[in-house]
Amino acid sequence: MQSLIWLAIALPLASSALLLLAGRKADAWGHWVGVAASGGAFLVGLGALLEMLGQPEESRAMVNTLWTFIPGGDLNVDVGLLADPLSITFVLLITFVGTLIHVYSVAYMEHDPDRRRFFAYLNLFVAAMLLLVLADSFLLLFVGWEGVGLASYLLIGFWNSKPEYATAANKAFFVNRIGDIGLIIAMGLMFATFGALDFSTVFAQAPEATTAQLTAIGLMLLVAACGKSAQFPLQSWLGDAMAGPTPVSALIHAATMVTAGVYLIVRSAPIFSGAPDAQVVVAAVGAFTLLLGAFIGMAKDDIKKALAASTMSQIGYMMLAAGLGPIGYAFAIFHLVTHGFFKAGMFLGAGSVMHAMNDQVDMRRYGALRGAMMVTWITFGLGWLAILGVPPFSGYFSKDKIIEAAFVGEGWQPWVFGGAALIGAGLTAFYMSRLFFMTFHGKARWTDDQHPHESPLLMTVPMMILAVGSAFLGLILATGDRFTHWLEPVTGHAEHHDPVLPIPVLIALTLILVAIGAVGAWFKYGRADVPEEAPAASLVTVAARSDFFQDSVNRAVAQRPGQHLTRTLVYLDHAVVDGAVNKQARGWANLGEASRRLQSGQVRSYAATMLVGLVIVAVVIVVGGL
Amino acid sequence: MVSPVLFWVVAALTVVPSLALIFARKAVHIAMSIVCVMVGLAVAYVGLDAPFLGVVQIVVYTGAVMMLFLFVLMLVGVDQRESLKETITGQRWIAFFAAGGMAVLLISIIGRVSIAPQEAQTGNPEEIALVLFGQYVLVMEVLGTLLITAAVGALIMTHTPRLTPRKTQTDLQAARVLAGADPVNKPMPGVFARHNALDAPALDPEGKPIEHSVSRVLEIRDQMSDGEEFRARLESTANPEDHQNPQRSTESEEEK
Amino acid sequence: MNPINFVILAAILFSIGSAAVLLRRNAIVAFMGVELMLNAANLALVAFSRIHGQLDGQVMAFFVMVVAAAEVVVGLAIIIAVFRARQTISLDEPAELKG
Repeated sequence: MQSLIWLAIALPLASSALLLLAGRKADAWGHWVGVAASGGAFLVGLGALLEMLGQPEESRAMVNTLWTFIPGGDLNVDVGLLADPLSITFVLLITFVGTLIHVYSVAYMEHDPDRRRFFAYLNLFVAAMLLLVLADSFLLLFVGWEGVGLASYLLIGFWNSKPEYATAANKAFFVNRIGDIGLIIAMGLMFATFGALDFSTVFAQAPEATTAQLTAIGLMLLVAACGKSAQFPLQSWLGDAMAGPTPVSALIHAATMVTAGVYLIVRSAPIFSGAPDAQVVVAAVGAFTLLLGAFIGMAKDDIKKALAASTMSQIGYMMLAAGLGPIGYAFAIFHLVTHGFFKAGMFLGAGSVMHAMNDQVDMRRYGALRGAMMVTWITFGLGWLAILGVPPFSGYFSKDKIIEAAFVGEGWQPWVFGGAALIGAGLTAFYMSRLFFMTFHGKARWTDDQHPHESPLLMTVPMMILAVGSAFLGLILATGDRFTHWLEPVTGHAEHHDPVLPIPVLIALTLILVAIGAVGAWFKYGRADVPEEAPAASLVTVAARSDFFQDSVNRAVAQRPGQHLTRTLVYLDHAVVDGAVNKQARGWANLGEASRRLQSGQVRSYAATMLVGLVIVAVVIVVGGL
Repeated sequence: MVSPVLFWVVAALTVVPSLALIFARKAVHIAMSIVCVMVGLAVAYVGLDAPFLGVVQIVVYTGAVMMLFLFVLMLVGVDQRESLKETITGQRWIAFFAAGGMAVLLISIIGRVSIAPQEAQTGNPEEIALVLFGQYVLVMEVLGTLLITAAVGALIMTHTPRLTPRKTQTDLQAARVLAGADPVNKPMPGVFARHNALDAPALDPEGKPIEHSVSRVLEIRDQMSDGEEFRARLESTANPEDHQNPQRSTESEEEK
Repeated sequence: MNPINFVILAAILFSIGSAAVLLRRNAIVAFMGVELMLNAANLALVAFSRIHGQLDGQVMAFFVMVVAAAEVVVGLAIIIAVFRARQTISLDEPAELKG
């Protein structure tokens, strides 16, 4: 199946094309085609996994060159698919979670007239994302990278009849463009440095490049990763991206696409291993974003935006881990997989809640939903426990490993990064518990027309499966460091280092902080009454509610100067460039006009000119004495 | 040596009439002045010991070229009086300074040279003939073809090909009738009047004068007899029968 | 009297002819100006012939006359053609060359 891995991309792509081209005829059955395509891709991935497991570790990576993409003299780019443990992991995550969300969407989007289009976009996204993770060169990865960007844009703006949703889609698109420019510059630097863009050549030559070159490439890759993964300072689009349908938020803006940045960093490990400065920046960005996301998550009342902030924060964990080097790569991917499960599960749960509450997203209008929606409560609760890092649920195995890894090192780094990760764990516990309690516990604060009910089976079954994954996937994969070994051919073997604090102490500290956060949230939001309107709060809370003024900051830092710059450039273009050209042209035109007047058409004037010329010649002859 | 009298006569005979080119209004006057200039030049040629050229000048210029000019002038309308008002801004000044400057320059250049004149060649026109048909015979041949070419060229230039069939009298009459003319002949002047002069309009059966029966030329010259006059005269003889018959009867009576 | 005076006379006649070409709007009159200029040149040639005591100047003058005759024929034909087309022989009228 490894050599047939292209089918995993081709199936959803073909399905997407079919759904888009088939028109209304496909309205009745189109969504099932989408589900089947996604499921087929999952089966292909599963087959590849099984085949790979049967092979020795060294030969688990396999490149299938399909055709030559760009035959360009010095730059030859083949379309090749790289099936190795890392990409297969992603393939399985994407297709498995994707298929579940497809199934969920069949019910969730049932009453939407554009359901067929929705599934076409979803399939397009799956195909593009698979292309992204399976590409064997940065250029092909970029194709998938843009493809998911496009799918994300289309799906955020799926209900584009609402102007603010369309604006949110545009915003996501624009911010992602900045990241894309980073990736393009990185590719340009790679081509200049290595003369190639495929992974094998670039990574083989990476140790020979200078640190400065690698640092430049690494920082540009980080810019790309920041854009796609909503890391500081390109985080502003993710909150608004929640304008899309909830399954989209679950699949694209929680489980898969936003983790592409982490994938990029981990995939580019050989580059970062030669650029320690870039690694520190990656880790710093991750640490800062995880705290930023946590603070925002604590202040948000919109359930989807709170989850989005949480996603940002959790990806911050992954980035932090990826910035730690080989010791963290496997944990970054591990956390990515478990996060994909529990966050997707929680988003689907949130979708289920919204479905029950007439698309109400304000958590202050929820409360006491446990009674009405038992299945959702249980599945959401499992995700909640997983993200809190409560043993033995998934998050405990992945996040605690990251916290431990963050404490490894010398000097100030372990204390800063480790401390951030540790505090982040406590904050995570607080805001996720706040979300959970506000939604499912306390008093009912529903509006009059809301009659919560459990969602249909098509929606709850995917949630249940994801909840099972949230609960036990971590345990299964962590047992005997199975997942770490599985990824070793790609991420390299990490020597074991002892953290600056003993591991049991770290575990204990983490759990204590988590407990404090959860209990604090229970007292504030579970037992006590939650006001239906957001109360006046401290300056920090107000700032966090407005995403720390990210839009204003972006406007002041990027948009305004950009506007002024472009205006200046336009002015210069008009005044200097066009001015020079136009003035010159006008000068010639005037010259032509002047000489046109000489052509009076009067024969006698011409004769006079002749005679005057004759006189002048004679004068020259006489005066010059010739 | 040339006689100064001859020179001054020639100078007066050429310069003064040639000024007509600039100042005269009627083209015919100018042409006649130029004829005079040409004759003057012929005299000058004879005076310069070139009698052959003098004769040729008379024959070619006064006899042929200037007559051709006059002929063309007649063709395009001899009565066109040209306004001497200048239409192109500054043209007059440019012409004045350019022509004047030209003259001044040429004269100043000529005045600087001093050549002792040689003795005149004798045997003109025999010598000319020898030179023309000896040394320059090829040029003569070429000039012959040039003249023929010019003649043919002039023919082609002035020839207008007939693009439509020639109109017969039938066609012309049909065209006239179509244009609304009387299909029948107009009454002749004086036919029914008691006055058979051309300037008297014809009278219609009712005895009214038909004005357009009189030639238009007489009408323009204001020599047409007034129709009213005849009508008045007609009415004054209120009863022509009464007036005339007695006379006749008296005559017949006298004869008797 | 020195025949060079005839050359000066020729220069004067030439200037008068050129002034006529510049000033007169009637094409035929302007054309006559051209003829006068040609004749002035002829006069100069004949005077030079006399000065040098050689016949070549006269021969040249003769050729000029022939060429001038041909020129007159063609030129007048052109004038007639223009008159037919435009009902005028004013030099100011055909201004199609106006830029």
